[in-house]
Amino acid sequence: MTFTLVQVIVGGLLLGAVYALFSSGLTLVWGMMNVVNFAHGDFVMLGMYVAFVVYTLLGGGPLIGAPLATLLLATLGVIVYFALIRDIMKGPMLAQILGTFGLALLLRYSVFWWFGANFLSLPENLVGGTFDIFGIRLQASRLLAGVVALLVTLGLHLLLTRTTLGSRMLAVAEDATAAQLMGIRPDSMQAIAWAIAAGATGLAGALIATFFYIVPTVGETLGIVAFVTVSLGGFGSVPGALVAGLLIGVIESLSGYLIGAVYKDIVVYTLFLGFLWFRPQGLMGKT
Amino acid sequence: MRRALWLLIALALVIAYPLVFTTPFQQRLGALVLLYAIAASAWNIIGGYAGQVSVGHVVFFGCGAYAAMGAYAHFALSPLVGIPAGIVFAVVIAAVIGRPTLRLSGHYFSMATIAVAELARLIVTNTEYLGAAVGLSGPTVPRNVFDLSFISALPYYYLFLVILIITLGITWWMTKSRMGFYLRAIKDSERAARSLGAPASRIKLYAYMLSAGLTSVAGALYAMMFGFVDPESGLGILISVKILIMAALGGAGLLFGPFVGAAILVPLEEISNSLLGGKGAGLTFVVYGAIIVLIARFQPGGILALINRLWAKRRAKPMEESIAQEASHAS
Repeated sequence: MTFTLVQVIVGGLLLGAVYALFSSGLTLVWGMMNVVNFAHGDFVMLGMYVAFVVYTLLGGGPLIGAPLATLLLATLGVIVYFALIRDIMKGPMLAQILGTFGLALLLRYSVFWWFGANFLSLPENLVGGTFDIFGIRLQASRLLAGVVALLVTLGLHLLLTRTTLGSRMLAVAEDATAAQLMGIRPDSMQAIAWAIAAGATGLAGALIATFFYIVPTVGETLGIVAFVTVSLGGFGSVPGALVAGLLIGVIESLSGYLIGAVYKDIVVYTLFLGFLWFRPQGLMGKT
Repeated sequence: MRRALWLLIALALVIAYPLVFTTPFQQRLGALVLLYAIAASAWNIIGGYAGQVSVGHVVFFGCGAYAAMGAYAHFALSPLVGIPAGIVFAVVIAAVIGRPTLRLSGHYFSMATIAVAELARLIVTNTEYLGAAVGLSGPTVPRNVFDLSFISALPYYYLFLVILIITLGITWWMTKSRMGFYLRAIKDSERAARSLGAPASRIKLYAYMLSAGLTSVAGALYAMMFGFVDPESGLGILISVKILIMAALGGAGLLFGPFVGAAILVPLEEISNSLLGGKGAGLTFVVYGAIIVLIARFQPGGILALINRLWAKRRAKPMEESIAQEASHAS
């Protein structure tokens, strides 16, 4: 019993690290530009399909799939920024929400149209098999995904806080006009932020695809997970997203184990609404 | 005066439509346009006039649909009895969602509405009393006229038309009332409106509750016409999407915008579905997505705002008037 419980918690932490990775992309863009990307979950979905295509066409695992998905999604992020976001950012709220929401539909149903509505999955032993550590059974694919996601999220935090590029991005987030007067191009910084945010979703998607079901509408569920994570962690905070992502992974796994798999989404959504209502600044946010 | 004349002509055309186009497909299409126009007009009150983008309006749609079918399935009553119950459920849910979230900025409201819609769908799918995944059915054979179960789409067409006129009437009355003035002020600048003493949160909440109640009527009518409701048709997020995009395409915040949007998109979807079959469903939403992105990027005011603007230019109105109109459309 206790071993199973520990196993469930470890599983939740590993999944939660992946949640943290793609949520940090959402929180970055949100904090910097005050734009909410309603297509964020669908970016993750695209990353999953990239991994799937890489496997079916080339027989490659996440070693090829993950970098490729990161690169492709980062490119998509930049395109989306210049083609859509840059203009709707200045527009009315309706245009902002409609713009990214329409993008979500466009991506989701293009994939639906091409691949169909079937649930796909990658072979279970694509990344090693299952092994035991201290009596806890672990899937290699989940371990790989969790560890890589954790390291990349930490790396992202360091990038934002310890490098010149990070400081420039924060300067733009603080005050774009002032940053421009200091010789920083807000446009380039925001495009880079979109590249990073979308790249993170691509990586997360390719990692999660090794053990998750793949379906065009998965982006909706994952998008809500990202919103929950960001609202829990505080808008704009990468460390907040990390803590919140891990927490949500554990809560989801535990509720799935204790109450039943059907109810785990219900628990997560309820948690989200509860936070929006009672503590919109998040767990660690300032009032 | 001129406006009233145009309205009468438009109304006459809408009344004449099913008498001119008499095939079942055409009449059904007409009825569906009116039905979606009701739902989109109801959305317009909160999404267009109050500028709060609800992406979860299907919850209210579902309240109406489930109440109407539940009245029949559980109490053997006419589905009509379910309508007031549906309105009550919808208004109460709107109050519960709206009170905390309408205080926050727009994104939060949109996200909360998505989460509530998905939550409702998951809960209903797991609730035996509401038919779980199978859903609830209406009367298969009508016992009397109050079961509102007709084979022809013609009775539905005129019923929906009456309800649409009532919905638009309520919306028009709202825009002319004190609440309408408050809403316009809040949409322009909430902070300014608040500092001048407009009770912004309360007014937005009222608009949301009104919108919810009317949407639930649309849901009840939908369930009556189709004779059943299940989690996908009554609570699927895509219904929210359709409602929202129709209003936005036609012109959010304009009285007849949602009707124009419905009159364009419903035929588009029905025709693409009948041409492409099941495979078309995916493609329809690809097109929907593309349309939404294009509206957001190039014409956030919708088609009607564009037409109005071109119209105003052509008639070379006095300067102040066209400026005032520009301003009201830009917002």
